[in-house]
Amino acid sequence: MPESSRMPKQLTIISGKGGTGKTTFTAAFAQLTENKVMADCDVDAADLHLVLAPEIQKTAPFYGSRTPVVDLERCTRCGICTQVCRFDAIHGGVLNLFACDHCALCMHACPENIITMEESHSGDWFISNTRFGPMVHARLGIAEENSGKLVTVVRKEALNLAKEQGAEWVIIDGPPGIGCPVTAALTGVTRVLIITEPTLSGIHDMERVLSLTTHFNIPAQVCVNKYDIHPDNTRRIESYCRQKGIEIVGKIPFDRGVIEAMVSGKTVMEADVPGVAPAVRQVWERVIGDW
Amino acid sequence: MDTPITITIASGKGGTGKTLVATSLVLSLPEGVQYLDCDVEAPNAHIFLQPQWEEELKTGLVVPRVEAAVCTACGECNRVCEFKAIVVIVDKVLVFDELCHGCGACSYICPSDAITEIEKAIGIIRKGRARNGIRFLQGLLNIGEPMATPIIRRLKKEAATNARITLRDAPPGTSCPVIESVEGSDFTILVTEPTPFGLNDLKLAVGMGRELHVPMGVIINRADAGDDRVHRYCGKEGLPILLEIPLKREIAQGYADGQTLIDILPEYRDRFQGVFARIQEEVRHAGK
Repeated sequence: MPESSRMPKQLTIISGKGGTGKTTFTAAFAQLTENKVMADCDVDAADLHLVLAPEIQKTAPFYGSRTPVVDLERCTRCGICTQVCRFDAIHGGVLNLFACDHCALCMHACPENIITMEESHSGDWFISNTRFGPMVHARLGIAEENSGKLVTVVRKEALNLAKEQGAEWVIIDGPPGIGCPVTAALTGVTRVLIITEPTLSGIHDMERVLSLTTHFNIPAQVCVNKYDIHPDNTRRIESYCRQKGIEIVGKIPFDRGVIEAMVSGKTVMEADVPGVAPAVRQVWERVIGDW
Repeated sequence: MDTPITITIASGKGGTGKTLVATSLVLSLPEGVQYLDCDVEAPNAHIFLQPQWEEELKTGLVVPRVEAAVCTACGECNRVCEFKAIVVIVDKVLVFDELCHGCGACSYICPSDAITEIEKAIGIIRKGRARNGIRFLQGLLNIGEPMATPIIRRLKKEAATNARITLRDAPPGTSCPVIESVEGSDFTILVTEPTPFGLNDLKLAVGMGRELHVPMGVIINRADAGDDRVHRYCGKEGLPILLEIPLKREIAQGYADGQTLIDILPEYRDRFQGVFARIQEEVRHAGK
């Protein structure tokens, strides 16, 4: 068997705008896909575990960045650290952790050599079992930085696990936005599924995220969630995608049952939400099932 | 005369209604409020407030450039860079702009003075006037650029210091860009929904707000969908519930068209004025 065919395929689900249904779809795909590893890469506000109820098998610490520690007893208050810091993060030897960029320039500049950089434990990542198979996820400490770096760790571990187990797919729940964690969640993946909604905000952010996938040259497909909330806007999305040569893989109706499924910790497939479950299955068939 | 106040609207979970709340709040306040759209990755407030742009400026980072003729390839820059953005391979120095934080450590340390810094644009700041005399500022991250935080930092610097009321519309999540948006505000409104996802991310956002020592209140959107766990959590944690907005098709449809709650249901003007009065009270109370 050639090497390439044993490499797991990777799907990332993103949206630009938050709250369009990424995690709801990812959880449904977890149930529908046989041979896969799940990865929750929305490490800032991870929610996939609320539906998949993982049992943690392995916990590992994440060291995001180093943080300056000042020996205040020996500090002469010369003010050089304050002068060189471009983030206005250190005054009289006292660090404002939230402003600090962790660049270590204060340590290099300190004439007394009394600033050290110490590893900070900024989160944990986990390998877990779920009722639908293995899942890699993470928790970023409160007010911690470097979510992009943690996303990269989660993806690497999920891919390793998938190779080990001979899994065909890694399915990645992505973060909102278009910045660092999103870039980390989609570089090098096989394809991207964009979940949008027929609101002007949803369309605006879908266009931005499509520019991003184009920028990185990653094939993208679009799914319109709650399409019947605003049929005119749904038609705008369809005509935009047609113009850009982007495939629309499905339209999902709005149903309160989706919220009820979430509240009871079930996927929309398990809860068999009328209208929604069959539409999600069709989307899945066009994204993964028919691959 | 009241002291100036800065209120940030944040959420943890995306799509709970931050922008709907922030744009409705700003329209229920007196004229001349300053509005900062800090969601520079996916800004949406301009859709609702329709500003006329008056000014646009590029914003960026300074990144290093190495003068090969002067560089001795000593490797000091490589050693001090915490972000692996400058690397010496044999006798060549490579700079990876997209990894650079613009901290200046490499140029500071370079013993040969071979490093100069150039400005590299990573986004833009737009300023304009919107409905109701709103002074509107928006940050926009360029496609493909990873770092949102420097743009938010710049956006805050560009804000007028003489505004009586400033609202900041934050991005979702709880990490760097959100912290930058919340930092320095007098009060933070957390917008959530009564679902397990909403509750989980609300808890994260509350944890962040407490680290930053900012007083907080909660607005529950789609308040009649889901369950009562968010309500109970707020009660237990002593977080004031400032407003509840029901799940209604007419709100969802109006929002989809770019309308604020004030446009869809005018009775919300009074309610948001009440929210603002409550916030002023909470801030006064926290200041004591």
